[in-house]
Amino acid sequence: MKIYEYQAKQLLDKNAIRIPRGAVASTPDEAASVARELGGSAWVVKAQIHAGGRRAGHFVSNQNAQGGIRFVDSLAAVRDTAREMLGHVLVTDQTGPDGRPVNRLYIEQVCEVQRELYLGMMVDRRTSRVTLIVLGEGGVNIESIASRSPESVLKIGIDPFEGLQQDAAREVAAALELTDEQTDEAVRVMLAMYAMFMGLDASLIEINPLAITAAGTLIALDATVTFDDNALFRHEDIRALRDDGELQWGELDATQHGLNYVKLDGNIGCLASGAGLAMATLDAVKFYGGEPANFLDMPPAVEFERVKYAFGLILSDPGVEAILVNVFGGGIMRCDTIADGIILAAREFPVRVPLIVRLAGMNADFARDRLRDSGLAITFAEDFADAAELVVKAASEARLSGQQKWWQRVQGLLTRKDETIGRTAG
Amino acid sequence: MAVLVDAGTRVICQGITGRQGTFYAEQAIADGTRLVGGVRPGKGGSRHLGLPVFDSVEEAVRATGAVASMIFVPPATAAEAIQEAIDAGLPLIVCITERIPVLDMVRVKRVLETSRSRLVGPNCPGIVTPGECMIGIMPRTIFRRGKIGIISRAGTLTYEAVAQTTGNKLGQSTCIGIGADPIQGMTFCDCLELFMADGETEGIVLIGEIGGTAEEQAADYLSQHKSNKPVVAYVAGRHAPAGRRMGHAGAIIEHSTGHAEAKIEALRHAGVHIAESPGTIGVTMASALGG
Repeated sequence: MKIYEYQAKQLLDKNAIRIPRGAVASTPDEAASVARELGGSAWVVKAQIHAGGRRAGHFVSNQNAQGGIRFVDSLAAVRDTAREMLGHVLVTDQTGPDGRPVNRLYIEQVCEVQRELYLGMMVDRRTSRVTLIVLGEGGVNIESIASRSPESVLKIGIDPFEGLQQDAAREVAAALELTDEQTDEAVRVMLAMYAMFMGLDASLIEINPLAITAAGTLIALDATVTFDDNALFRHEDIRALRDDGELQWGELDATQHGLNYVKLDGNIGCLASGAGLAMATLDAVKFYGGEPANFLDMPPAVEFERVKYAFGLILSDPGVEAILVNVFGGGIMRCDTIADGIILAAREFPVRVPLIVRLAGMNADFARDRLRDSGLAITFAEDFADAAELVVKAASEARLSGQQKWWQRVQGLLTRKDETIGRTAG
Repeated sequence: MAVLVDAGTRVICQGITGRQGTFYAEQAIADGTRLVGGVRPGKGGSRHLGLPVFDSVEEAVRATGAVASMIFVPPATAAEAIQEAIDAGLPLIVCITERIPVLDMVRVKRVLETSRSRLVGPNCPGIVTPGECMIGIMPRTIFRRGKIGIISRAGTLTYEAVAQTTGNKLGQSTCIGIGADPIQGMTFCDCLELFMADGETEGIVLIGEIGGTAEEQAADYLSQHKSNKPVVAYVAGRHAPAGRRMGHAGAIIEHSTGHAEAKIEALRHAGVHIAESPGTIGVTMASALGG
């Protein structure tokens, strides 16, 4: 689960990691008034979205405008900047082309920065250890710094039963060439980060940059914190930070139904069981030259009501011209559950497009019989390759017949026009 | 021969009295698995599906001589269940449970490092040696005993590889679903080592997916230890929705984007035959074997 920067900073603050003074605003006037209350003569206005790369991003409404993090030096400029950001869609290299709507801003006092560092913490899959990552430089180009000079990346894999040792943190901090006081402070920040990571079941904590101010103190200028979805059951306070406001059409409902749905640009609706099979279904559709309209993965423990909801979601997408259902029953996922869901959904949303169904594994024969008896027009496919090929063919025929209808209509109009012209001329 | 499990493997089920535990224990028995008992704290001394139920794994092992456990325990307590099986000294632990917190698994993995137990999973479909031993949730009807070793990170796609090797009359020696969690027990490399040494296995199918570096590590392994058996791989997610880029830390730590193309390239470079479409896993193996 992702949270916004301002929420991440509140958590850092709670764990005694220093952050700049700041406040949240959701209207231009509020932005100006919180800036006045913060005081000073320079502020940074930061768009709050669940993605990074904001500074280099752009707004869809105004391609020429600057990104989602801007420095301003008057209250009027705070208000103007807020107006340019709020209610607009910000696109960054982490949002995908559709971007994310900006509904909140975080206004902060600007600090004078002497030097920037990078601190990150996450689980390294290769070592299975929570790992602290430290760089003597921070800021936006962290990935290129890391790939240009990997030796400058300091890493400590942390034994879960020993925890992050003071000595290990001190050794890393020593390599950063800080003053004694700053070294102590850096060690304290690292230990606090680890305590927070373990205590909250985080999946990522990143402080980038951790700035050394002109006054010589360490302060977190930006922070990203994400949480392990599987551990949210034991963190009620973290669940309360959830905001699903950025999800696209269908995605929120799908999430609430325990489905993983992503809207795509194509015309072939895809419904599959399991994330792997759902991805492979997309791959196969593309392999045969088709374009998927969505990614939709149903978890194995699915009931027919959820299948009904999932299938209804695809049927109600106006961009869908053919549908592929690809299910390998196994485990608790039985093919007849899928069949029941499809039949029920089709009663509410008539199936007007070609429907290709491939069922294999647990109860496949039984489920096929149920679907045949339902009277739905279904083409059954034998195997995976067969199914993908059939649906791509059906979609292109549907498109072709759509085009033919359009062409006939145009021809009809043209003929009528000829007649009109003829009569006028006559 | 086969790997990890065979007709002699004595298996217990942790969480046997639950809905899923009951269902899959029945399936395992129907397939001839030597299921010798179950564990459910508080229900020790009772019987379920005609099998003795014990309060702890240790008691179950002592009474039945079990050497393997399949775990169907809810996510909040699954890590504890694995830990208990490790403490009881079971050589093979298969954990089917999905959605276990990552930090719970970090601790389990640390304990595994200094134990002699092998863990398959979590969040996996299990392990099957057709006709001899079935641990997990794979549909039994699609298997056929034969000569292909299957290792898969992707749940339902595992069945695809099984069905296609059955369809091409190659069959399976053993099929291992290792799961796709960030922290897992046995890796591609661990399984490759077993299959390369197994006399019955003539070809190996590897099913990967986007994210992490497991496929790249398998490619490294195969470059170093030349396999005299053909290896066929399919990596799912070539066309997965974009925009789910990892944060900085992920890229810094792994030096990899986790994209399918990089994984496919690494595997191809290591001499692996690539199935371009998920529908051609079986035929790719058949032709790699010179069929």
